[in-house]
Amino acid sequence: MTKLVTAVIQPHRLDDVKSALEAAGVRGLTVSESSGYGRQKGHTEVYRGAEYTVDLVPKVKIDVLVGDEDAATVVEVVVKAAQTGKIGDGKVWVVPVEDVVRVRTGEHGDDAL
Amino acid sequence: MDFTLDTGNTAWMLASASLVLLMTPALAFFYGGMVRGKSVLNMMMMSFGALGVVGIVYVLWGYSMSFGSDVGGIFGNPFDWFGLEGLKDADGILAGSGVPALVGVGFQATFAIITVALISGAIADRTKFSTWLVFTAIWVTLSYFPLAHMVWGGGFLSGSEDGLAAKLFGTTDGAATVAPIDFAGGTVVHINAGVAGLVLALIIGKRKGFGKEPMRPHNLPFVMLGAALLWFGWFGFNAGSAGASNELAGLAWVNTTVATCAAMLGWLVTEKIRDGHPTSLGAASGVVAGLVAITPAAGALSPVGSIFLGAIAGVLCALAVGLKYKLGYDDSLDVVGVHLVGGFVGTVLIGLFSTGTGLFYGGGVKQLVVQFLVALFAVVFSGIITAVVGLALKAFMGWRVTEEAEVGGVDLALHSETAYETLGAGSRVVTEVK
Repeated sequence: MTKLVTAVIQPHRLDDVKSALEAAGVRGLTVSESSGYGRQKGHTEVYRGAEYTVDLVPKVKIDVLVGDEDAATVVEVVVKAAQTGKIGDGKVWVVPVEDVVRVRTGEHGDDAL
Repeated sequence: MDFTLDTGNTAWMLASASLVLLMTPALAFFYGGMVRGKSVLNMMMMSFGALGVVGIVYVLWGYSMSFGSDVGGIFGNPFDWFGLEGLKDADGILAGSGVPALVGVGFQATFAIITVALISGAIADRTKFSTWLVFTAIWVTLSYFPLAHMVWGGGFLSGSEDGLAAKLFGTTDGAATVAPIDFAGGTVVHINAGVAGLVLALIIGKRKGFGKEPMRPHNLPFVMLGAALLWFGWFGFNAGSAGASNELAGLAWVNTTVATCAAMLGWLVTEKIRDGHPTSLGAASGVVAGLVAITPAAGALSPVGSIFLGAIAGVLCALAVGLKYKLGYDDSLDVVGVHLVGGFVGTVLIGLFSTGTGLFYGGGVKQLVVQFLVALFAVVFSGIITAVVGLALKAFMGWRVTEEAEVGGVDLALHSETAYETLGAGSRVVTEVK
């Protein structure tokens, strides 16, 4: 069985998280720029004296496919590397994946990782 | 009168005319960066459109209406040199400095163009391009050319013996004793454009969602690029207004620069105190406010006086741009806050800082009174003309695009183009290429 670990983190923690995952043996991941908010809400910007509240703040989303037995370790590695202790650090979650196929070879399941 | 060519002066005036021409595309970037991504092309097109229409109108009857033989102190006879026919070098406005008449025409044409283009910032995101183009031709004819004639062509606001200043404080040797000072166009260009922007913003009405939805500038580097190019072009505007390559041009160059430096810092300090941060938009805006304010004064002040004038203008304009939210008019890109306020402040402060006749230099209050009344006259004149032209066009052509076009973006609706590949949610998908 395969698991999908998704992490939404502060953009400036990306490099550390990437290195930590690499050191933990993760062989591939997908990174996308995204935006959103949690408890920290947005921020305000001022243009010629007019204040704008911007709800969505920039975040980075990382998706990693891992085998069942590695999921807990990967989550721990991501949390450790992404943590600053400040509000807005993000979330990590794990969901089960029904199937994974490697496009090049047609392999299925954990063999495709 | 005989005409003797002066190649040095002519070279400088040709360079100055070219510099001022650059200011209109520069304005397109300054304004274009400040609007939302869905209307940047239309914003830039309003400047380019003004360039196209006014450039031609100027050659046909604009120059003659500005500098032709006086009609009632208000405008020049458009048929003296219609299409520039019969214009001789000896009759040119710069004949005294040995500059050919056509060089003077070119230099002055660029001023008319930028003045009209300035207005477009007040009516961004919602205006029909066709109505705008028609407006540029009519407005420049009825408001700009008469004011240029009144101030620079020997009309009612000049130092002529029939003018306002002569009526106030008498004449000496056939000219006003205390002549109004407008070196490069505080009244003709900036008060004129600022008032027109205010009146059109009132006639056309607010953008949908004004004051409620965020309307952030979509590209601040564009705004800074535009401000930089405007500053560069402004050397032609101000130092070129000396009409020759001489000491006065040098004074105007230095005054233009230090006033602009001071205005930028004044704007940034105001922001830091009021909002907590000095912004790039504030720096770019402060630059333009300083350039505007020093325009009428560049030849009449000392460099230190110019620093004071610039700083005052920077602070006042930074405070003035917030007025539209309090008073409820949608002058989208602050043509009023920057050009009307900056132009008015610069014109009036000459009465204090002029090294020849200013109050602070022992010249008494007469210059201050003259400057104030000339500025006030320009406000009223431009206000009435713009209201008449604006309301007539509202009745005959209509000013506004449909609500659907405004929300979807005027770029797509009016020009069938978009500036960027994606504009976030709701961007179109190309399904077929013909």
